[in-house]
Amino acid sequence: MLETLSNLNGVSGSEDEVRSFILSKIKADEVTVDVMGNIIAFRKGLKSHKKMMVCAHMDEVGFIISEITDKGFLKFKSVGGIDERVLISKHVTVGPDKLPGVIAVKAVHLQEKEEREKPVEEKDLAIDIGAESKEQAQKLVKIGDYAAFDTSYSLFGDRFMKGKALDDRIGCACLLKLLERNYDFDFYGVFSVCEEIGGTGAKVAAQNIRPDLALVLEGTTCSDVYKTEPHQQVTRLGDGVCIPIRDRSMVANRELVDALIACAEKNKIKWQYKHTTAGGTDGGAIHASGAGVKCAVLAVPTRYIHSPVGVASVDDYEAFLLLTEKFMEEVGGLI
Amino acid sequence: MKLLEQLCLAYGPSGAEGCVREQIKNEIAPYADEISVDALGNLIAHKKGSGKKIMLAAHMDEIGLMVTYIDDKGFLRFAQVGWLPPVFTINRQVRFENGVKGVVAYEKEMEKELKQAKLFIDIGAKSREEAESMVKVGDCAVMVSEFTEMNDRVTCKAMDNRAGCYALIKAAQEINSSNDIYYVFTTQEEIGLRGAKTAAFAIEPDLALSVDTTMTGDTPESDKMAVTLGGGVAIKVMDGSIITNSYLRKRMIELAQGIPYQLEVLIDGGTDGGTIHTSRGGVMTGGISIPTRYIHSITETVDKNDLKNAITLIKRFCEEV
Repeated sequence: MLETLSNLNGVSGSEDEVRSFILSKIKADEVTVDVMGNIIAFRKGLKSHKKMMVCAHMDEVGFIISEITDKGFLKFKSVGGIDERVLISKHVTVGPDKLPGVIAVKAVHLQEKEEREKPVEEKDLAIDIGAESKEQAQKLVKIGDYAAFDTSYSLFGDRFMKGKALDDRIGCACLLKLLERNYDFDFYGVFSVCEEIGGTGAKVAAQNIRPDLALVLEGTTCSDVYKTEPHQQVTRLGDGVCIPIRDRSMVANRELVDALIACAEKNKIKWQYKHTTAGGTDGGAIHASGAGVKCAVLAVPTRYIHSPVGVASVDDYEAFLLLTEKFMEEVGGLI
Repeated sequence: MKLLEQLCLAYGPSGAEGCVREQIKNEIAPYADEISVDALGNLIAHKKGSGKKIMLAAHMDEIGLMVTYIDDKGFLRFAQVGWLPPVFTINRQVRFENGVKGVVAYEKEMEKELKQAKLFIDIGAKSREEAESMVKVGDCAVMVSEFTEMNDRVTCKAMDNRAGCYALIKAAQEINSSNDIYYVFTTQEEIGLRGAKTAAFAIEPDLALSVDTTMTGDTPESDKMAVTLGGGVAIKVMDGSIITNSYLRKRMIELAQGIPYQLEVLIDGGTDGGTIHTSRGGVMTGGISIPTRYIHSITETVDKNDLKNAITLIKRFCEEV
């Protein structure tokens, strides 16, 4: 499931492929797609009608085509936060027909000394789709088409996985699993759009649902490689599911954080703190919606996040699935 | 000044306002018909009336330091909660909610550009285990300072915005109005005006007023700003989050006749009004500010007369607007 999800394309604002797949797999009492494109899957409560919202975002970072050059290259703008320096010579697919392309940059031997010494910028890059002229490219691509990284999911090493959109198809896979059953309370599973460009999807979904409690399922940064001081390592791969306390967008509800930690301890599930406060999630929009929502986040550490390939640990992912499942069994008491 | 002192010394960084909320709850209870705490921790005290629904907002939270990592030797690394430049924290004493004390230090010789990542807190622990028995990752500390009166002025940490909370409590004691008044002591203002946003949504006020501190432009070489300490209560025109409602502003100037007031234009920064005025279908919102020097340091300084005038203007606003 995660493999299929990660390989699908769904750059923010163009989540159609991911949405169609999820809609074909989802099990719920009622499934709707709202005006933003969020999927809202509802499972009626067995005992109460208090509302719990669990949210995972369908979108991934990528590109939008902004110009077709005279020679048939595609200029682009990044969608979501991407380090421009990781883009050179990467494979991408363009548009709904997944036209193969390569991100081009001036060959090193043609670069002036000054160009070689400064980091490459987005404006210096273009996508090569093998077109020989502007006219030929225009037949294949329109301005406004999206491009996504072209990386296949695979397992490697000692229980590691790599893929282009682990952030946040990991959350989508988990949410699909949670939706297989009913709970004591009303359960709203939200597969949101546009998290990477500001959480606009989750904002609207939360306003419509008006949940009493919310949980956000995410991929989070992991910086345990190279020379990073221990205190600046956000999370560490293999150290378990991450329970963040605060990021740029939200202070997680303390009661929920404590309950999540207690649940992990009780079930002997490996968990870790997030050691920095950078980044944001859909929780930012959800917790400040309506009259306020108690909200927390669970996340899987992902190395090289927002690049052509993210790396996560199968063990962390399994800890994430297990903690989510266990927590859902007892969260009814907190709503 | 005893109440202001207690409020300033109370512990209450953004996201952990429980202690200061309890204190305010006790003070405001006699003047409210109903008191509630919402999902974000806002304290909402409702004084029922048949007139206009007025929301008065003052944020309870102060800037702070959140533990992000505990090292092998028991030193703590931390993140800023709100705008807190390294120079304001170095060599200061800090205190956690559970009473644990610490001091902030810098890794080695201080560079010209201080880096947050090189700061740490020493809580006197000798090992990771010992430190972990005292504080946890995610716990917040606030800076320690004394409450000191200097001539007509008072200085302490957290004057931003306990001075506003104080003004609201004092005004509540004096207000005699048939308006439907919500005294809201908000959370998480320093990290994005978040508490006020959800409180405004729930209350749906006809009119709102945020009561907060603002900077001054009257100290040596300070940035140009027309607000002076002791120059009177400031009526907010604009800041980074709001242009106040022009009718309310005009009305507040009329209501301020006979007391010293000044108009405030703050280039940076924001107040709760920022999220209140864009709530639902929009809310007519004004701002009353208490001029404050050295904002976000442990020496935030206000003038007693400005504070007194702010209380008078809040009272008149509620009774006559």
